[in-house]
Amino acid sequence: MDSALIPEGAKRCSFPKFYMGIAVVGAVVLWGLLAWGLIYWKGLNQTNMNDYYGFALWIWADLAVIAVGGGAFFTGLLKYIFKIDELKNIINFAVIIGFICYSSALLILAIDIGQPLRGWFIFWHANVHSMLTEVAFCLSFYFAVLTIEFIPNILENRQANKVSFFHHLAHNMHGIMVIFAATGAALSFFHQGSLGGVAGVMFGRPFSFREHLNIWPYTFFLFTWSAAAFWPCFTLLVTKITETITGKKLVGDKTVHLLSKIAGWMITSYIIAKIIDTIYWATVTAPSLGFKWTHFYSNNALYGKWMLFTELILCGVLPGVLLIMKSTRENSKLRLLAIILGVIGVCLNRWVMVLQVMAVPVMPFDTWALYIPSWQEMATTILPVAYGIILIALTYRYLPVFPQEQELNYPVEEEAVDEPVVAPAAEPVAATE
Amino acid sequence: MKQEHNKAHKFGMVIDLDKCTGCGSCMVSCMSENNVPFKDDESDKKKSITWMRVYKLTNGKSFPDTEIVYMPRPCQHCGGKGDHGHSPCVSVCPATATDYGYDTGIVSQIYTRCFGCRYCMGACPYHARYFNWWDPKWPEGMEKYLSPDVSPRMRGIVEKCSFCYHRYQAARDQAYAEGDKDNIPEENYQTACTTACPAGAIVFGDLNNPEHKVHQIVKPDPHPDPRNKHVVGKSRNPKVFRLLERLGTNTKVYYLSDREWVRKQGDNYLEGEWDKIKNHHGDTSHG
Repeated sequence: MDSALIPEGAKRCSFPKFYMGIAVVGAVVLWGLLAWGLIYWKGLNQTNMNDYYGFALWIWADLAVIAVGGGAFFTGLLKYIFKIDELKNIINFAVIIGFICYSSALLILAIDIGQPLRGWFIFWHANVHSMLTEVAFCLSFYFAVLTIEFIPNILENRQANKVSFFHHLAHNMHGIMVIFAATGAALSFFHQGSLGGVAGVMFGRPFSFREHLNIWPYTFFLFTWSAAAFWPCFTLLVTKITETITGKKLVGDKTVHLLSKIAGWMITSYIIAKIIDTIYWATVTAPSLGFKWTHFYSNNALYGKWMLFTELILCGVLPGVLLIMKSTRENSKLRLLAIILGVIGVCLNRWVMVLQVMAVPVMPFDTWALYIPSWQEMATTILPVAYGIILIALTYRYLPVFPQEQELNYPVEEEAVDEPVVAPAAEPVAATE
Repeated sequence: MKQEHNKAHKFGMVIDLDKCTGCGSCMVSCMSENNVPFKDDESDKKKSITWMRVYKLTNGKSFPDTEIVYMPRPCQHCGGKGDHGHSPCVSVCPATATDYGYDTGIVSQIYTRCFGCRYCMGACPYHARYFNWWDPKWPEGMEKYLSPDVSPRMRGIVEKCSFCYHRYQAARDQAYAEGDKDNIPEENYQTACTTACPAGAIVFGDLNNPEHKVHQIVKPDPHPDPRNKHVVGKSRNPKVFRLLERLGTNTKVYYLSDREWVRKQGDNYLEGEWDKIKNHHGDTSHG
């Protein structure tokens, strides 16, 4: 039914089967939209946030998707600026994942603010001292850059590409993409850092407060570093999930191994910096404010030292080491374990830097505050995930996202090119989509 | 004609915790004065709006040695590190919806500009900021008692104690009308909680004015604390302390108590640290 839109030579499942799947995920989207509608109609009292938890699940989701979605900027930087050509095999997908993550972040922010119609005040009445102002500007501009980076891929759709203007536009946009890659990298560096700065500048909150290098707290650099370290894990994880669902190999081993290697070294270097930062905070910063570091990990039901161990060692050091060593990196099961741990690690870091900051008592007579999100918060947090699944499904079906798909799945067809007669289309190796 | 600049005020208060009985008059008068709305369920204290909140503190000892103190906590109107006006909340607000008045030392909240991101609430260690989770509501008939001098707040924004800023505006207007704009008499500008306290536990005034009682009790040191350069305005009265002073928030709300355990509750100390630090408070701090 929609075969004219499917990339030439690509094998996709039947139209009804595809849209049945979309309908299932679409139901989740509708659930999220219902919650969103309730929140806009009745207000943020639909959440379980309170005056202790002004920042909660949504802000964590925001920080987490931006961290794991950092692949778009880093892949662009490595491919276009550092000329690592191997990454051309995954850059389209990295851009799509980035687009989903950043649009999700903006969507969540739009739900999160108490007066959505005043959202533009952040630009109009901007306070240059606020890290959130920098986040808003860089996030919006970078989303625009991501959209520009995404457009050529959309225009490469089989039908769109038949239009001469679109064909040439896509071609020329590819040609100047280095400019956008550089712009995106600069913007991303700042907003990833600013998101770390959001917690690091709060000098009234000893758990998150960090010493500064000039005007930037150490968390500024750690957030940028961690986003640059963990994005390959998320990109590889989503690729793996897509490969599992489609039953096809979509990215070659060489690219996967390269990304894993980059992740390994970046995670290891990041986690060393993070451990140094934690030790300095625990032994110098917190005590100077009257706190023993154990104060932040005791007398409550959730936040214990296990969390610190999980973030730094289990989901930091371990995946770093697994991805550095060639033998474990090239073992598909251990690699998968490492990238899952990596994704959990960076998400846990964002959780700690948002939720635990709010939970810790600062006044000596105050108490720990724990929080469980309402179904409306959960639905609106799952909403972007469902939206992401749909967008990935649509782009995979209709756009040439993976340049290696043909050679990895239809080798028979490639050989057939040299044949003097037109060979019948070969079945994909594992077209069980 | 050369324009003369007003000498900056620095309004603040000192609360005598040994006088406070925990009656809650300050809370009630504050709600009434500032048009604070009611909730269907006021028992959830993490969602109800109490610009002035009274905490109950105990010395942690069992009967018969138990002692209790009630600590009223309005917005602390922080001056920020070094008292430069970069309060924890002011510096983080992305839309400049909360601002520091360099002429008064008061941290304001611009209700029509706040878009409800709640970053300021996260930044405030005193939980002095409140979000309007619901539309404002008053029991039937009570709308008639709303103060025309204070704008009610809409759903989805943050609000907090303003040191009854409208009263300052009225006092300033009066001073202008009387031709002495630089001189606002102490009794002309008093917050609602101060005037309502039956025990006279709250003293409010200009910390910069040596004639004001609050200045005389607090005796604020205008110089940075040699032990912590971020701390300015430390009290030279050994019985006076500020909440979380070590963080460098430089609050303008001081507390007074004869009891050592109460003063110790004002900040966090490592084991054994209090015994070394306590004698550096107040007068003894600078010899």
